[in-house]
Amino acid sequence: MSATVKTLVNQPYKYGFVTDIETDSIPRGLSEDVVRLISAKKNEPEFMLEFRLKAYRHWLKMTEPEWAHVNYPAIDYQNIVYYSAPTKETKKVESLDDIDPALLETFEKLGIPLSEQKRLSNVAVDAIFDSVSIATTFKKDLAKHGVIFCSISEALQDHPELIQKYLGTVVPTADNFFAALNAAVFSDGSFVFIPKGVKCPMELSTYFRINNGDTGQFERTLIVAEEGASVSYLEGCTAPMFDTNQLHAAVVELVALDNADIKYSTVQNWFAGDENGKGGIYNFVTKRGLCKGVNSKISWTQVETGSAITWKYPSCVLLGDNSVGEFYSIALTNNMQQADTGTKMIHIGKNTRSTIISKGISAGKSKNSYRGLVKMNPKADGARNYSQCDSMLLGDTAEANTFPYIQVDNQNAKVEHEASTAKIGEEQLFYFAQRGISEEDAISMLVSGFCKDVLSELPMEFAAEADKLLSLKLEGAVG
Amino acid sequence: MSDVILSIKNLTANVDGQPILKGVDLEIKAGEIHAIMGRNGSGKSTLSKIIAGHPEYEVTGGEIIYKGENLLEKEAEERALDGIFLAFQYPLEIPGVSNLDFLRVAYNAQLKHLGKEEIDEFDFEDLIEAKLEVVKMNPSFLGRSLNEGFSGGEKKRNEILQMALLEPSLGILDEIDSGLDIDALRIVSEGVNQLAHPENAFLLITHYQRLLDYITPQFVHVMYDGRIVKSGGKELALELEETGYDFLDEKVAAGVA
Repeated sequence: MSATVKTLVNQPYKYGFVTDIETDSIPRGLSEDVVRLISAKKNEPEFMLEFRLKAYRHWLKMTEPEWAHVNYPAIDYQNIVYYSAPTKETKKVESLDDIDPALLETFEKLGIPLSEQKRLSNVAVDAIFDSVSIATTFKKDLAKHGVIFCSISEALQDHPELIQKYLGTVVPTADNFFAALNAAVFSDGSFVFIPKGVKCPMELSTYFRINNGDTGQFERTLIVAEEGASVSYLEGCTAPMFDTNQLHAAVVELVALDNADIKYSTVQNWFAGDENGKGGIYNFVTKRGLCKGVNSKISWTQVETGSAITWKYPSCVLLGDNSVGEFYSIALTNNMQQADTGTKMIHIGKNTRSTIISKGISAGKSKNSYRGLVKMNPKADGARNYSQCDSMLLGDTAEANTFPYIQVDNQNAKVEHEASTAKIGEEQLFYFAQRGISEEDAISMLVSGFCKDVLSELPMEFAAEADKLLSLKLEGAVG
Repeated sequence: MSDVILSIKNLTANVDGQPILKGVDLEIKAGEIHAIMGRNGSGKSTLSKIIAGHPEYEVTGGEIIYKGENLLEKEAEERALDGIFLAFQYPLEIPGVSNLDFLRVAYNAQLKHLGKEEIDEFDFEDLIEAKLEVVKMNPSFLGRSLNEGFSGGEKKRNEILQMALLEPSLGILDEIDSGLDIDALRIVSEGVNQLAHPENAFLLITHYQRLLDYITPQFVHVMYDGRIVKSGGKELALELEETGYDFLDEKVAAGVA
């Protein structure tokens, strides 16, 4: 009876195509020479090479973390291509006319048109294809407000002093295995700088596309909001369907100075592998924000639907007094997907506040774990945290776990934690069916209802899309 | 008045491999209100769920013909769209899904099934406000999550609201009176009475005669151990109230029933 939940027939992944394009790739494998080669290809300043080499030497001494509740065969780091760029894009592009039409077409197919006529009207986009940034829209308009939005490679040429000042200050090169690897070999990413007192006039967004089947993607994003500045940033990601697994090890650093406000949203739709767990992206990402100044605020919103394996804990270090950290997350896993995701809220300053709302949905034979740390340091007088972790199970074969870590070293700090597990079962579906509502509609209503608190945190343009993505991912999940 | 809406013949069914229905016969015509009474475990709630198409129950024999078609070939969703409505004994709480959205999606599913154009939010709000009158519900309930935090009586009223909206041909009320105080019982019953007309039919599943003071059935059936063992007019309900169900044990033991 209750075991009528059948195997899942997924909606085909519609971003699974490969763009046939000539690339400049370096041979597989990692060595000090490869690190030097990447840096040379990008014509980087000396400090950057030093940064990379230091990270690489650290990485050699580190071991891969094993504590996450995920299983995968050992990764052969010598079998990965660490740099791959479409040949024509290796020199600096001045206008979209210089870009290979195949690339423009690729992004258009992904729903991210870059041309002046078609681009999204209120969102500036940095489009990243394998290891390089292809184009950034609205760059000039943003410059008028003093906002810098460009690829990190460009920033290294045009604003090296800002990169040198902030890069690695939130996620140090030796922070963890994957972050160290990223620091050694990262090829591109986005850089955002919002000067003092400026409210960024539009949404900023980076779209990541992995195309090459053997390439790892190691992008690095750095966002700095000076005193009183504010910005809302969104990243989206897709990849073709390959039988093999691709490694994606990104690092994102956010810095918020006094009274600054950064909102960072992610809609992650990397290829998740097929229903038997073959292929898919290993998404091993380090994301951290530093609320450096007083009254600063950093808010993470993530909708994680893709990747074979997700290992990701967007965190906030609440250093400035009265600073605020937020984490709103939806993690959906289906088939054989595995996700170990959550956040860390490190309260250092006085009266710092953090909110964690996590919604995990597991279907199929997937594993979905929330892992979160709330730490109240001795000086964090009056600090407060509220955490709510809800899990929803579809069917009898999925797994949901919650691993909360709470460490309170200040007696005036207050931590609240709530957790719940719900199950979409036959009874609920029967109730909807008895009112003439189809199973697909029922599941999509139940899931969006469950995720409502988080979906409402996404920028308007993307909330509806994310909601649709969730139902798409679950189509046929219960039968 | 003689159109047969539902005809059940020698229906047998299992739950978890255990026989629960052991040969049920029942015929319901347009314009009729039937009541099935019986003890807990007699199979009356099971019967209502089987008519509605609950996947947990396995029909092992017999037939159910609804408006001339074999009902057992249809999924629950199709049965609902064809006009069978089950008011649940324990309506489910659905967090995050607003009552209004649920009602609108259900209504539009029916319109679509009938080949009609779906209606938008604004027209729907006008429509549903009129229906709220039937069960004297406050419009504030529309904005709340479906049944979440509703009292027992509010949940039952919400079931009748859904029924008023969907206007089924056959309304099945599974212990609609359980957990209701007298005022709520009156409101719910008046709602059902308003909805009854010569084209549709109702099947009331109840434990107590009390409900039948408010909704008057033409036919009362007594269910015992998976069968309808006695049928009669409304006076049968009063008789049962007097004697209780114990006499059935003796009758069955004596091989009379």
